[in-house]
Amino acid sequence: MTQTSRSTFLRAIGAALIAGAVSAPALAQQPAAGGSSPTVDAIRARGTLICGVNTGLAGFAQPDSQGVWRGFDVDYCRAVAIALFNDPDKVRFVPTTAQNRFTALQSGEVDMLSRNTTWTLSRDTSLGFDFTGINFYDGQGFMVKASLGVRSARELNGATICVQPGTTTEQNLTDWARASRIQFQPVVIERLEEVVNAYLSGRCDAYTTDVSGLAATRAVQARPADHVILPEVISKEPLGPLVRHGDQRFADLVRWVHFGLITAEELAITSQNIGQAANDARPDVQRLIGRSGDLGRMLGVDNAFMVNIVSRLGNYGQIFERNLVPIGIQRGPNALWTTAGGLQYAPPFR
Amino acid sequence: MSDTTVDPRYRRKPPKRPLRLSWADERVRGIVWQILVVGAIGSVIWWLWSNTVHNLEVRRIATGFGFLNREAGLPIAESLIEYDPTHTYFRALLVGVLNTLKVAVVGIVLATILGTLIGIARLSKNYLVAKLSAFYVEVIRDLPLLLQLLFWYTILQGLPGPRQALQPIEGVFLSNRGMKMPALVWENAHTAAMVAFVAGIVLTWLYARQARAKQMADGQPRKVWPAAVALMAGLPVLTWQVMGAPWEIDWPALRGFNFRGGMNISPEYAALLIGLVTYTAGFIAEVVRAGILSVNQGQWEAAQALGLRHGSVLRLIVMPQALRVIIPPMTSNYLNLTKNSSLAVAIGYQDIVSIANTTLNQTGQAIEGIAIIMAVYLSISLSISLFMNWYNAKIALVER
Repeated sequence: MTQTSRSTFLRAIGAALIAGAVSAPALAQQPAAGGSSPTVDAIRARGTLICGVNTGLAGFAQPDSQGVWRGFDVDYCRAVAIALFNDPDKVRFVPTTAQNRFTALQSGEVDMLSRNTTWTLSRDTSLGFDFTGINFYDGQGFMVKASLGVRSARELNGATICVQPGTTTEQNLTDWARASRIQFQPVVIERLEEVVNAYLSGRCDAYTTDVSGLAATRAVQARPADHVILPEVISKEPLGPLVRHGDQRFADLVRWVHFGLITAEELAITSQNIGQAANDARPDVQRLIGRSGDLGRMLGVDNAFMVNIVSRLGNYGQIFERNLVPIGIQRGPNALWTTAGGLQYAPPFR
Repeated sequence: MSDTTVDPRYRRKPPKRPLRLSWADERVRGIVWQILVVGAIGSVIWWLWSNTVHNLEVRRIATGFGFLNREAGLPIAESLIEYDPTHTYFRALLVGVLNTLKVAVVGIVLATILGTLIGIARLSKNYLVAKLSAFYVEVIRDLPLLLQLLFWYTILQGLPGPRQALQPIEGVFLSNRGMKMPALVWENAHTAAMVAFVAGIVLTWLYARQARAKQMADGQPRKVWPAAVALMAGLPVLTWQVMGAPWEIDWPALRGFNFRGGMNISPEYAALLIGLVTYTAGFIAEVVRAGILSVNQGQWEAAQALGLRHGSVLRLIVMPQALRVIIPPMTSNYLNLTKNSSLAVAIGYQDIVSIANTTLNQTGQAIEGIAIIMAVYLSISLSISLFMNWYNAKIALVER
């Protein structure tokens, strides 16, 4: 604890200074007009992708008992690594807090962030990032102890609410309270473990974050049934990977890895049947697996990159099933538009 | 000293040497080296600065302090001034500065009192008192402060919920939401009484000064305390009476989730204050002990031989000499306490670091945010240093 809290602050300073000054000359070149991408060149020269993830959120990014990172966000990092190196282990995962994630990306400490980050206008512009897509449609909710007897967020007037700082969560909470004329007492703690402890100890009546985060926290409690996630969803939280603004080639690659995973699910190509996909006569499938269209080369990677990704990680639905369904998150809005009327939809892979 | 007593040898100036433009001339070498060093430092700073500006531009990261006027939208749990999320970032940061000052000022006062008591106790002839103080100092100094803060915060969180709150005294409620106390409904009369109290202190001081001057003149000690009571207690009470004697108490009561009304000391503030005070008091105790031990035993004996009582010896003879040893390291301890208050982030007390961190995260302007934090701590620390240096100069041995 000692180290982390202190180092968060120090890293913020360090990263800010490094971003501004020291490491800058190497990263400062504008991307070449044509094929090359400075980020991809740097990753290839280094031999590993450096991916910023959460410090530990069940289902999204958490090391398992062997110390291997697992989760939905982690699989997106691995997918990009497979596209570049055909090896899911050529990734170094850097745990980032809500506070230091942006400086980590701005300063070049990480190549990309895949860390429950909400796409907003100001992050896209004044922070200097590019969001490459929405891989998880989320919304902010509240969790209370079942013993409190609260059934709706509207009953929270006068309550003490635990929240993490430096996130859209904090602003949504105040916006919602103003709009619904609810008075609340905030308790603002940076570390996820500490804020959850404050909620569990009864320091707060309610804990608020994205519903996925609430489900992940609830799932790891000794008795999940003691906690209730209230039905109200008070915000839109489109989460997705992001990269530094200015390297469109790398942004394209991360974006189309995501769309490739969706396309695979749309075409019902899974890790089990992708071996037989070469025999599939559908032209869409032939393009996805790189047997026609030369699409991989346009992105600067192997034409068979989607075959490599899907055979190891599965398609979007399989990644979702493996990581998020066990902690109690259903597809909901993240179902495919084409088959289930959800929001996940890929532009034509051609 | 008048001119007549000055030895003429000290007024004689050394002979002037012409400045030769040669490497052999010491002064020329000195000037050249100074220009080189200043130039090197200047160009490093310029290089860092221009690189920063260039890279911020390339990455399209916004710069400048314009964000201070934007709506903050961040919730703050406790504030000395009126604040709600519609206020600007500037006001939010101001709240943070005041919260830092609130914990630093109260912490310095309490740590000084506690530390002095423990320091004196460690010199006690009573075995148990001396050993307990020594044990306290050793344990407190050897554990990391952050650990202690988390310890206190965990303890305070372990209190029962508001519905089962402890009530040690009528109207005072202890729960994991903090300590709720009855509060006076503040009226103009109370402000006037406070002003009268401050005026009373000033008048008492003037009176005491005059009494001392008279004692110097005729050797007769004069009683100061009747005037002090009249000025510091009588004057405020009279003012309050004249202005209608308003006396309305706001009692805390459980309504819904929390207590409403009264005043509240949050667990975050309490944990931070207790942690900082107990930690810093351990260091202050050692400083005080060292100061008292630095005064020669002969001073005690000589004072006692004059017939002074124990308290008078400590107040008139020993403390003035001990303070010269105590004050300089005390300044460092005050500065440490202030800077350590930034650990508040870990336990959710919203000081300047916490609010500036959130601000830089929401606006993405890390360099400006860090600059604000540094400016705030530098201002507070320099103020403490200036005051303590002034006080140190005041009590320093006047050499004649």
